[in-house]
Amino acid sequence: MYPHFKAVADHALLVTFADQISDDAHASVIALDKAITSNPPDGVIETVPALVNLLIAFDPIVTDHSMIEGKVRTFLENLTAQRIEGVQRRVQICYETSLAPDLENVASTTGLSIDAVINAHLAGDFQVLMYGFAPGYAYMSGVSENMQVPRKTAPVRDVPAGSVIIAGPQCLITTLTMPTGWSIIGRSPSPIFTGDPAHPFLFDVGDRVAFERIDLKKFENLVREPAYG
Amino acid sequence: MADAELSVTFAGPLVTFQDAGRPGNMRYGVAASGPMDRLAYDTAHAALGNEPDLTVIEVSLGGLMLVCSKGSLTVAITGGDFVVEHAGQKTSSWTILTLRQGEKLAIRAGKAGSWAYLAFAGALTTDDWLGSQATHSTSGFGGGAVQAGRSLVISDTNLRDDRLGDIAKPEFIPSGPIRVVIGPQDQHFTSQAIEHFTSATFSVTDAYDRMGMRLSGPALELDGALSIPSEPIVRGSVQVSGDGVPTILLADHQTTGGYPKIATVISCDTDSLTQLRAGQIMRFVSITGQQSIDEVRNFAIRRKQYLEEVSIARGSLEQRLMRENLIHGFIEG
Repeated sequence: MYPHFKAVADHALLVTFADQISDDAHASVIALDKAITSNPPDGVIETVPALVNLLIAFDPIVTDHSMIEGKVRTFLENLTAQRIEGVQRRVQICYETSLAPDLENVASTTGLSIDAVINAHLAGDFQVLMYGFAPGYAYMSGVSENMQVPRKTAPVRDVPAGSVIIAGPQCLITTLTMPTGWSIIGRSPSPIFTGDPAHPFLFDVGDRVAFERIDLKKFENLVREPAYG
Repeated sequence: MADAELSVTFAGPLVTFQDAGRPGNMRYGVAASGPMDRLAYDTAHAALGNEPDLTVIEVSLGGLMLVCSKGSLTVAITGGDFVVEHAGQKTSSWTILTLRQGEKLAIRAGKAGSWAYLAFAGALTTDDWLGSQATHSTSGFGGGAVQAGRSLVISDTNLRDDRLGDIAKPEFIPSGPIRVVIGPQDQHFTSQAIEHFTSATFSVTDAYDRMGMRLSGPALELDGALSIPSEPIVRGSVQVSGDGVPTILLADHQTTGGYPKIATVISCDTDSLTQLRAGQIMRFVSITGQQSIDEVRNFAIRRKQYLEEVSIARGSLEQRLMRENLIHGFIEG
């Protein structure tokens, strides 16, 4: 039954690999995404990788759903079983209490000490699964089980950009001042918007991310640099 | 060529700078943005004889007032049925006029329509983000919101006397129900919900902005699906929240989301959809993916023809009178 193909109005095709989140399904999404973006069929405008499926947006004047489906089937036949290893990225994080208002609560909820929460986060192997919610919001998997906390019952307003937030197994770095119901465990000075037109976002879907701890002084020095923001 | 300066004296909420948008960034969480009504936007530029992707002001129901504080230039106003007041004269949208120093221009909500476009015979340069000046309303990136007190410099201005007057409205737009392709997550709905969706009437609620339009109508019952993996969203996706309420995602939509999508509005029907207002009713009709391709291709031909027609300068008043006489003479002869 999988993969299955579904028309999205006149201008996109959704290719789905599973109905539940799994590493295999996401690996297939990334592999197909890579195949299409490296060799885009006529009329393809962009692709959107998500957790279990890939959206292929196209110009309906140039091509149609069945032509794209045909191309995708050919790509899938030629995909190797080997997984695509994402690029390893390092992101700095400051866990200073003033920048991490929920760290203490995460510790008390999970029964860990604050240092143990920080160490568990630093030891995490994060992978960018997809972007969503707002520009540059990269959802990462990899929050270790012992430090997982559920979403808050009510969102907190005006959470600053650069906040590192967690909910369940997921972690992300905010790019805008926005409300969030996730727990704020630190702040990162690493800009997700790189300012480089050729590579405007720090991560690609599939990238691996490791956090590197910095102190408040270094954080403050880094955010004063003009490259940020 | 000269510059003109426009001083904004009033701008309602959701009045923003827009250009043709920034497609290609959905994989990074960035919708294409750009005009809510893309046909009205394209028409404004075609009618002025402009390049097709210049920056305009998208005017919401809140309205816009400005004064020409320096220079003069020709502008086009399209979209909906807005009231246009210029130098003491009242007209409506779908018009081209020349603003001269000291003259005021007001664009206000009229009998119908939610979005109007003010395009300039000249270049308006605002903040660029990812190669486009289109405002992404939730982040404020791109050109941004138009605010009172702001002064806009339009460079390389033109006076287009040969284009003044009414712009023919796009009468070719189908007026029937909004056409959708069912899915892509229709498997999460009861068959009754799908049936309701394509047979009942829905009305637009007040919860309508550049991100989306929430509807009111019969609850669309989910078939047990409580939590589905986040899936991609497009302009036109009809997502249904847990309480059965549908929302149509529009220009500044999120790019992924966990609410199932019962259907997707076909691309050529989103423009007229965006011109509806709170309280107005609509129906949906389901067509297949292949039918949607045929419909969109037919529409594209008529759209192109229309834009070509409105792009023809009709000439100055004198030239127009001459031509009328010639045609008249030809028919008589």
